Amino acid sequence: MAEAALRTAPPDRARLLQWLQTYGVYAGVALLLVVNTVITPHFLSAENFRTQAVQVAPVVIVALGMALVIGTEGVDLSVGAVMALAASVTALYLGYGLLPALLAVALFAAGVGFANGALVAFVGVQPIVATLALMVGGRGLALVLLPQLEDLRNPQLASLGSGDVLGVPYLILIAAVLALLVAFVVRRTTFGRQLLAIGDSRPAAELAGLPVRRVLIVVYVVCALLAAVAGVLATARLQASDPTSLGNLMELSAITAVVVGGTPLTGGRVNIAGTVAGAVLIQLLTATLIKHDLPPSWTQIAQAVVIVCAVYAARGRGKR
Amino acid sequence: MTTTKTDAPVVAASNEPTDATEPAGSARSERLSALVQQHGALAVLVLVALVASFSFDSFATVDNFTNMATGSAFLAVVALGMTFVIVTGGIDLSVGSLFALGGVLAAWGSRHGTAVALLLPLAVCGLIGVVNGLLVARSRLAPFIVTLAAMLGARGLMLALTDEGANTYLVAKDSLFAELGQGSTLGLGNPVWITLALFAAGALVLRRTRFGQHVYAVGGNEDAAALMGAPVARTKILVYTLSGLLAGLAGALNAAWLASGVTILGNGMELDAISAVVIGGTLLTGGLGYVSGSLVGVLLLKVIQNVINQIGSLGSSYQLVVSGAFLALVVIAQTWLGRRRRLM
Repeated sequence: MAEAALRTAPPDRARLLQWLQTYGVYAGVALLLVVNTVITPHFLSAENFRTQAVQVAPVVIVALGMALVIGTEGVDLSVGAVMALAASVTALYLGYGLLPALLAVALFAAGVGFANGALVAFVGVQPIVATLALMVGGRGLALVLLPQLEDLRNPQLASLGSGDVLGVPYLILIAAVLALLVAFVVRRTTFGRQLLAIGDSRPAAELAGLPVRRVLIVVYVVCALLAAVAGVLATARLQASDPTSLGNLMELSAITAVVVGGTPLTGGRVNIAGTVAGAVLIQLLTATLIKHDLPPSWTQIAQAVVIVCAVYAARGRGKR
Repeated sequence: MTTTKTDAPVVAASNEPTDATEPAGSARSERLSALVQQHGALAVLVLVALVASFSFDSFATVDNFTNMATGSAFLAVVALGMTFVIVTGGIDLSVGSLFALGGVLAAWGSRHGTAVALLLPLAVCGLIGVVNGLLVARSRLAPFIVTLAAMLGARGLMLALTDEGANTYLVAKDSLFAELGQGSTLGLGNPVWITLALFAAGALVLRRTRFGQHVYAVGGNEDAAALMGAPVARTKILVYTLSGLLAGLAGALNAAWLASGVTILGNGMELDAISAVVIGGTLLTGGLGYVSGSLVGVLLLKVIQNVINQIGSLGSSYQLVVSGAFLALVVIAQTWLGRRRRLM
């Protein structure tokens, strides 16, 4: 694929494009950091970095699962709904203690992920429709279980949301550990190889005897579980369960982070470091615009432009 | 993208939109599958409506029916454009934002006359549709991500026009534009008549014109369509433009009906539209679809919503659960029907 791009375009441009595809997102983050250091007062403070990191952590966690799904040439629109479901189930079962509540959340999330995976792997529905159904139904289920916002008073949950180790909040630690774990799975395990092979060409993976259906189901279950982790952490930080608005448009933020990070939508490649950087890039962009009193509408327009540019730059790497 | 890998001999797949009646003999089962695919939603709609009218006194009333018809009109117009896009094998996620943007532009423009109120949203939303089409057809970007960006951008533009959603423009009372949305003819609201006219025109265009044939050809097999000389890029640009125009028009009509450009509308509307189109028997893989089916799909969604509202004890969140489960059932049924047809 890369060779084809090299042959058709003049070498200089092709090399620039390739560089942009691989390092563009890091360059973007660096640029935003430099610009902010110059123009934004109080940008270079530990407190500011901590706030930004805590805000971006749930997006990063959801984006990790999304990156895996997109690596199999799929997409998961139900992640926001799973976050909401995690919030309501946490509120329902918190009376039994934090651990039973977390187990119940994991069970519900795994159920949604399994339904997604089964629709995609066994029935053969396109991922976008299968997960659309679960997105609508999952949000509904979350609201049926817990119709409105509920305050949660649980010291353990509160410490999960706002506690820290040596000044680093749990949220950031959990996101970092999960990112390393997912990166390891993609790069160094058989499962990761199988996942990428399926994304490259599902018929070829089937002919090669890979357990295509099992891998797909596991990928969707993992994505849902990661979304549930993000949902629980966001709930813990809010100290309230808010199934109406928690995770709204999260699927878009996660897909944006993955795409901006250089993972092609055509599957067969997953860039975890890029995904994390993509989430950070969008977060910094939003923060920059907000700190300079630009309205949220500008943020959305800017985000749209960034998505199109990222996909445009990644275009040469597709299957065509 | 089939997951079947049986050794059964694959007879030429009948992908043409007309009822497959030509091959005599073994075609009975195939015809049945095609029939269920095309008219299954209608059968379910009739069934649900019958059950509902026996169960609830307040369902089968003229008032309730006219309310449902007006309530469905706006989503139906959006779904019409979505049908064209999905038949080409694409998808348009920007319609919900364009619907809201169209409404705001129409309400703002209505102070300068009916012509501005209609033309301004059509021009802006049509232009965004053109950009979507150009990025999909010429730059060969994935429709899903292009229209996702357009969804964000259009909503941002709408918020920028309304002081971050704080400013709601009102439609001038007693203007021709307000009459377009609020008036009624022969007992049915004007938006309903406009929607019916648009669907009649849409069905004619998709079935009886060269452009319609190109839409099917591009969705059936893009490379084959290009080899046959169909203008693939132009067709794609046109369907995204059409989808943008119809979403803007639906927003404008909705603003006229509500007498204001409400900024919080249209969230998640793209999903309702896609659900309606899929329920109506249009394949998301492209190449096969029915304009009439999308209308039935919209009505079915509205009837389900109405029934759940009639059952007082169920909140509106049950409606989401039912819609989601229903969509899943429909796509499972479609996939099985499609597989049977392919393996006959």
